[in-house]
Amino acid sequence: MSEILDEAVLQEEDTQKGKFLTFLVGKEEYGIEIKYVTEIIGGIQAITEIPDVPEYVKGIINLRGKIIPVMDVNLRFNKEARDYNDRTCIIVIDIDELSVGLIVDNVAEVISIADADIVPPPDVRSGFHNRYIKGIGKIGSEVKLILDCQRLLSTEELENLDYIN
Amino acid sequence: MDKSLSKEPMLEMFIFENLQLLEQLEQTILAHEKERCLENAVINEIFRIMHTIKGSAAMMMYDSISSLAHAIEDLFFYIREFHPDEMDYSKICDIVLDGIDFIKNEIGKLEEDQEADGDSSPFVENIEQYLLLIKEASANSNLINEAAARPAGLQKKFYISTSKSPPTENIKRYHALIYFTPGCEMENIRAFNLVHKLKDQADQIDYLPADIIENNDSVEFIRENGFAVIFTTHLQQEAINELFMKEAFIDSLDLRVMEDEEWEIEQLRARNQIILEEEPSVSNNEVREIGANLHSGSTRQSLISVNVDKLDRLMDMVGELVISETMVAFNPDLMTATKLENFHKATRQHRKIINEMQDLVMSIRMVPLSMTFRKMNRVVRDMSKKLKKNVEMVIIGEETEVDKNIIEHLSDPIMHLIRNAIDHGIESPEKRASLGKSPAARVYLEAKNEGGDVYIIIRDDGAGLNKDKILERARARGLMQKPDSNLSDGEIYSTILLPGFSTCEEISEFSGRGVGMDVVHKNIEEVGGAVLVDSTPGQGTTITMKIPLTLAIINGMRVKVGNSIYILPITSIKESFKAKPDNIIVDPDGNEMLMVRGECYPVLRLHQKFRIESALKEIAEGIIVIVQNDSGSICLLVDALLGEQQVVVKALPKFIGKIAGISACTLLADGRACLIIDVANLIILAKVK
Repeated sequence: MSEILDEAVLQEEDTQKGKFLTFLVGKEEYGIEIKYVTEIIGGIQAITEIPDVPEYVKGIINLRGKIIPVMDVNLRFNKEARDYNDRTCIIVIDIDELSVGLIVDNVAEVISIADADIVPPPDVRSGFHNRYIKGIGKIGSEVKLILDCQRLLSTEELENLDYIN
Repeated sequence: MDKSLSKEPMLEMFIFENLQLLEQLEQTILAHEKERCLENAVINEIFRIMHTIKGSAAMMMYDSISSLAHAIEDLFFYIREFHPDEMDYSKICDIVLDGIDFIKNEIGKLEEDQEADGDSSPFVENIEQYLLLIKEASANSNLINEAAARPAGLQKKFYISTSKSPPTENIKRYHALIYFTPGCEMENIRAFNLVHKLKDQADQIDYLPADIIENNDSVEFIRENGFAVIFTTHLQQEAINELFMKEAFIDSLDLRVMEDEEWEIEQLRARNQIILEEEPSVSNNEVREIGANLHSGSTRQSLISVNVDKLDRLMDMVGELVISETMVAFNPDLMTATKLENFHKATRQHRKIINEMQDLVMSIRMVPLSMTFRKMNRVVRDMSKKLKKNVEMVIIGEETEVDKNIIEHLSDPIMHLIRNAIDHGIESPEKRASLGKSPAARVYLEAKNEGGDVYIIIRDDGAGLNKDKILERARARGLMQKPDSNLSDGEIYSTILLPGFSTCEEISEFSGRGVGMDVVHKNIEEVGGAVLVDSTPGQGTTITMKIPLTLAIINGMRVKVGNSIYILPITSIKESFKAKPDNIIVDPDGNEMLMVRGECYPVLRLHQKFRIESALKEIAEGIIVIVQNDSGSICLLVDALLGEQQVVVKALPKFIGKIAGISACTLLADGRACLIIDVANLIILAKVK
């Protein structure tokens, strides 16, 4: 029984493996592994602001009875805030039973990137958002930055900052 | 919860089932210890439970548990089969309860993902020795009085209740009345043969006359009245008919399906008759008891256990349904429509059903206090035995229902309070006698519903609290600052709730470390309740715990601050009004205060606290809400009050963490998320400032 289950899980993982959801934040195109994504909410709904949280945490939203926090990825990467428009989307990701909505400028597509086409990020700490990048995927001449979701959600960025300095 | 989910389903099932069985067993033992006798049904039940535990423990390879269960099973097998006269009931109860404790402890370890490594061999040895003892004792008495052993032998022939499983759909009870061909002789042997054949196909076989082999008179009985058999089987009527008719010398067979109650009555009658034949003097009593047992078996509610997470999800879904219903019924697109009569009719009906559903979901989460209360029987029993005090517990209103989440917080406080009452409150029997009180002390455990709250009252008729001693101790520990003259009785008594307070000179096994009352206070406060202490010297102490019915839904006031909406719990709102500018006082540090009827309250501007730019800045323009709790009152400045609403409390997402001044969040009717203000926290913040 459990073996069959394991197989099913493996298969599911197989079909999801190497697939990435790409989206735009500013000018850059990012990708996250599809297995983390639970849904995409088109358009911005009412966000309830919360006091005493970092600026990039925009607040909470009601996702079919479940209350989830949303963060602005622009602000998370310390970029300038952009106004929300009808192309703005919330990508709901689920990591370790923690659901978080990511506000991104535009959701592009789901693409496959072979492992061989993903290279580790260059080991220079010049770019501030390197911390959130797991790898760089190449699709023909285009380049997608693959996000490390775990780090994106970690609240230890202060420690990381200390480390960088 | 997460941990138990990740556990092996088998293990989870094992833990859950066995804990339930043990709980049931403990209740049975305690209920019958007082009567100083164990009826057949009880012995059977203990035997059956131990058998089940033994089986499942052996399957899960917990040898220590299974060997202990096996020993207890052996003991009760002997008691069931031979009915020894020389039995020390309290000793047997001790043995079983010790066994239960051991197994519970082991299962507790399993729950915490530890190895069940306890050694049960001392218990097993103890039980075996005791079994030997009663075997010897009854062997002696058997020699002296052989005749007395016969009824015991007869009783053995009942094939009831070893497997008293309720009938499922396919399994039916049948009643067969058989007449043998006249002159065939040896009717009793034939009848026995028949029963023997039936045993392969059916169970719960009962027959009349019951003593077919031993008693030669039964032949006469069968000739005159026929041989009646009651049994349950999954076979169809035709199949049974065939089975019976294969037997030789059967003259007639009357076979019919029985209804449940009928079966019981029949069984009762059967037993009644037999007992009448043996020993007319005790029959009435016994039959009544058997009747009661059978009855309690049949009225047992059918229950299933559901994961609380699922219920929470169901409640979320219903909450969503309510919101979406509002969105449909007040859809802006409807504004343009002119004739909506039928639509409104339909939505009203729709809303009514949804409301009922919401109530139902809430009621599913409500659990009666009876389990928690009954657990205390054991505490009282153990303590009165150890402390040699004669204490009786009276339970009132155990059917009162409380939200599942709250009940978990109640068990510890109630246990502490009962321990305290017995250890400190109740005097020794000698002292009680000298005071002219009845030697049997009483502890009342009462629950009742009043308004939106549940009251749990623990009352004893012991010595009461010693006011002077409490005061003295409170001062010695630096817990009391006010002068004596300013203290009310209630205030003095309440100091026993403070941490580090205990008037007991010695630390006993049960209480005296001064943590108990502190725990009570903290646990009850956690669920939003309060503890009240009252006492009359010489007559006893009453401790009342006031707790809300549920944590999941609160009555809230929607308040507007700038563009944001917050919920203030109604229970903490004292009053609200528009402030006059001349009542506002500003101290040199810039702290604002407000005079209301001669009293001065600090003002907390919510828009400042929550950094909301769009809010009104003038106190006189907004609304002042005075909120209060145990530690004081403050004024909150908000833009406007929007109205009252019942809201479903939801925890803030883990990612956000704890935020000062916010306790939880909820959803508004329009589907927006909204924050619930933590009044207690705001009051503390205002005071610190």
